[in-house]
This record gives sequence, C-alpha cells and structure tokens, in this order.
Amino acid sequence: MSEIVTMRDQARTTDSTAAAAPAAAWNRRLEELAAVPRARRFHVARSLMALLLVLAVGRLAWSLAQNPAFEWSRVWDYFFSAPVMKGLENTITLTALSMGLALVVSVALANMRLSDNPVLRAIAGFYVWFFRSVPLLVLLILWFNISLIYPTFAIPFPGDGWSYETRDLMTAYWSAVLAFGLQQAAYTSEIIRSSLLAVPHGQREAALALGMRPTQIFRRIVFPQAMKIAVPPVSNDLINLLKATALVAFISVPDLLYSVQQIYNRTFEVVPLLMVATIWYMIMVSILSVGQYLLERWLGRSAAARANGRLSKQRSAA
Amino acid sequence: MTTANVTPPVGEKHTDAPLISARGICKTFGTHQVLHDVSLDVHRGEAVCLLGRSGSGKSTFLRCLNLLERAERGIVMLDGELLGHHVRHGRVHRLPARQEAAQRQQLGMVFQQFNLFAHKTVLDNVIEAPVRVAGRKPREAAKDAVQLLERVGLADKVKAYPGQLSGGQQQRVAIARALAMKPKVLLFDEPTSALDPEMVTEVLQVIRSLVLGGMTTIIVTHEVGFAREVCDRFVFMQDGRIVEEGPASRLTEGAEHPSTRDFLSKVL
Repeated sequence: MSEIVTMRDQARTTDSTAAAAPAAAWNRRLEELAAVPRARRFHVARSLMALLLVLAVGRLAWSLAQNPAFEWSRVWDYFFSAPVMKGLENTITLTALSMGLALVVSVALANMRLSDNPVLRAIAGFYVWFFRSVPLLVLLILWFNISLIYPTFAIPFPGDGWSYETRDLMTAYWSAVLAFGLQQAAYTSEIIRSSLLAVPHGQREAALALGMRPTQIFRRIVFPQAMKIAVPPVSNDLINLLKATALVAFISVPDLLYSVQQIYNRTFEVVPLLMVATIWYMIMVSILSVGQYLLERWLGRSAAARANGRLSKQRSAA
Repeated sequence: MTTANVTPPVGEKHTDAPLISARGICKTFGTHQVLHDVSLDVHRGEAVCLLGRSGSGKSTFLRCLNLLERAERGIVMLDGELLGHHVRHGRVHRLPARQEAAQRQQLGMVFQQFNLFAHKTVLDNVIEAPVRVAGRKPREAAKDAVQLLERVGLADKVKAYPGQLSGGQQQRVAIARALAMKPKVLLFDEPTSALDPEMVTEVLQVIRSLVLGGMTTIIVTHEVGFAREVCDRFVFMQDGRIVEEGPASRLTEGAEHPSTRDFLSKVL
C-alpha cells in the first residue's frame, strides 16, 4: 500500500515540474478540439433500407386505395346504416357485460387462489384449469345448448319456488355473455392474482399494525395498488375479448360481424361490408386504448407526482 | 411447558403493573426456533431498546408483541388485556381477526422500510386509520394529522406522495401515522437502518422527543450511542434469548455478559 502511494506521489511531482510549460499548450489544444462542432453522420444502409420500405408500403397503400374491389363509396353508404348500428351496439354491450362478469368473478377467484383455505384454493384452481382448457367456441356452443343438459332451471325458494324453461332464459345473447365472461374470468383471475402478489408485503403489515381489518386492507390498501399493475394486461384482455365476441356469429347473435354478414349474403358486397366491420373494430379498439392510457395516468398519479418532483428538483438545482 | 421465568424488571422503582408484559414467547420458523421463552416487562413511560446481532430474534420478538407474528407459546398482556387471545374453559383461544385488529391499534409500529401507503398522499396516509379504524370524521382527523406532521417537521409535505420524499422524511411520516392512532406503546423496528447516514439524525431527533414526552417505546436498533442516551433500559438478545438487561447507562462499560461486551466492542 504505502509503496504504491509513494510511487504515485513521485509521478505527480515529476509531472508538475517538468511539464509546466507544455501543459498550457496542451490545454489550449484540448480546448480547441472540444470547441469543434460535431458533424452529422449520414447512415447509408439505414437510409437505403428506410427508402425501400417507404416505397414498398406506399405501393401497397396505393394498390389498396386504387383497388375497385373495396368499393369505398359503398363502405360509407353502409357505415352508419341501421343494421350496422344495431350490430355495433350488440358488440359493445356483449363485451361490456362479459368483461363486467369476468372482473367480478376473477377478483373472487384470485382471492380464493390466495386464501389459506385449501378447499377454496382447489376450487379456484379447478375453475381456471377447466375454462382455460375448453376452446371458446366450444364453450359458446355448449352454453347455447345448455337446455339439452338442464331442461329446467329452478330456484328452490320459499313456497313452490320458481321454475323456468332453460330455453327461455338462456337466449343466444345471454349464453354468449356467460361463455365469454366465465372464460375471461379464468384468464383475468391470473392477472389479478399476480398483481395482488406484486403489492409489497410491507403495505399489508403497515395496515395491520394500524388496526385495519383484513377486508379494509384489501379494499383500501392492496386492491388499489394491484389495479395499477393490472391495468395494462387487463386492457389487453378487454381488447381481445371485444374482437373475440365476433364468434357469436356462430350462434346467430346479431353483433357487428353477423350484421354485415347478413347484408352481404343478400347483396354480395362482401369486401366493402367487411371493411365496415373492420373499421368499426379499429375505432373501438382505438377508443379503448385511449381509455387505457387515461386510466393508467390516473392510477399512476402517485408515480407521476414522483417523476415531476424529481424534474422540478433538478430544475431548481440547475 | 415449564413455568416462564418471571424475572422482575430491572428498574425496581416501578410499583404499578407493567404496561406491556410478554411471558414465555416461543416462535419457530420451519424447524428453526427463533425465540426461546422470551419474557419482558415494560412500564408506562419507559423506553427500552432491544440490542443484538442480526438473527438474534429481536425483530421477531417485537413483531410478536403486536401479533404480526404469531407466537406458538407465551402470552402478551397490554394494559391488563390479553392480546390476540381469550381464555375459555381452561384453554387459550385465538381471537377473531376483527377483535385482533381492534387490539392492535393500541400498539403503534414503525418499520425499517417505512411502508407508507404508496398510492396515498402524506395526509391520507396519516388519516387512513383514524378515519377507517377509529371512525373519526375526516376533517377532524386531518386537523390532528397536520399537527402531528408539524411535530415531525413535515407540515409542508401534506399533499406529497411517499415517492417524492426522502427516506428520512418518509420515516417521520410513518411515525406521525403511528401516532395518529394514539397508541399506548410505540414499537420501532430498526427505524434508521434503511436510511442514508445524513438522514438518521432527523429521525432519531423525532424519536428522542417522543421518549422525552413520556411515550412508552420499545426500539430495536443498532444505534447504541442513541440507545444509551435516550433509552432507560437495554435488553440484549442472542440466539432467541434475552441474555442481559440493565439500565442503558451501563451500555458503555458496565455490561456484564461476555456476548454483550463483545457486541458492544464491535458497534461502539
């Protein structure tokens, strides 16, 4: 150790004595160099690649725009027509009801999966296993035909109770809500479960130490923080679900896709009507994406406050 | 179970019953027994520090006192009330979660990692329990909260989120949050261990003023200098047992047990 120190000291002293005069020139040279403006670099390969891609995409766009098969004027004729509007409404309500059901069931499932009760854990595990194993379309047709399995549906209430024909209750629309909602719940419950686990344990402990009850801790401390984590993946699920509802065409629920299909079965304007549905789906997904952005910003306001705080601190320091 | 060793508290001056008493606390994690028959009495207004190496069981013992950890054996009494349990038909039964929560609010706890609610502002952190647990009106709770935050020197941070505060500031908010429930005892679990050195002082300053104000405190800490200056009594733990306790003034040279002396020689 001490040897190294003395060697370094020697080096420093020789430096400072011998290089006193050249040091000024050296410094000047470095400052001149530092003041030279930087040249912009021209990326040959990158520019060429970009040019080719722009040409290719442009050509594709041109061919699409020019292609008479699209019949763009017919697209706008049908765009706001009554059956399309009705189909749009059905798609939206179907998605909303299914997702609503899925959210309620998934939060319950996630809590069951995380509970100390082995029976609840097993039931939730079985549920997730079952609904993830069955294809959505099979599930949809199965619910639609549930009356073949249970012809009557009875509530053994006081007195005679109520009994219904399953066929009357389980319309195509409601069997779709159940099929989509229950399967979505299986997937979403896994997101909710991991989000709940991602909230630091110390948050729960601090709430416990303050005398909060388990239900309060879940509602006020853990769940709000878990939601912030869950929003991006759940939004993904919601967008997927919106598009998956097009499957109801199989059981003749007049959603957006089924409505345009019914029109083009009559008029044979297949492509323009598919364009109507496509554009509406794109609009809905865009609106959902904006909604997701706003929700994330609102839920993330504590983190945003931190980022702003850091910025303003830097600014005041500068 | 052998009868718990009922050692009388060292400070003989107390004639009233201890505010908080633990008897024969045993705690096992898996196959590893972390607490062996630990007993402690703390009187009203007393400040006791728990010292010992990492893994000696002092934090676990502290967490057993407010039921964050559940001891397999042993009891904790707070102000004449058995914590977490009740006796019926000659057996000790566990209380339902709701009643346990009601008891827990009598003990405030300050954590090493602060554990402020990350999604709530400083003010909301402090009024959460008074409003939701004690059922106070938000406006009154907020008024008290601002006073508490003034006491810890953070009245200007009411609207800030925890992430905007330094570690020392967060810990002072955590102390205010614990005080908002007007606890009978305040438990500190290594309150300065996660702090940058320059922030330790501000937090210790707040704890000191609380102790001087007569708050009953149990502090797990590695700040022996602070413990000697502020606490009345030290308790030294090793391998899940209390090996020595005595007046904090004895911490400099008067410690008797060889392990205590060894520990002190390393940290002082």
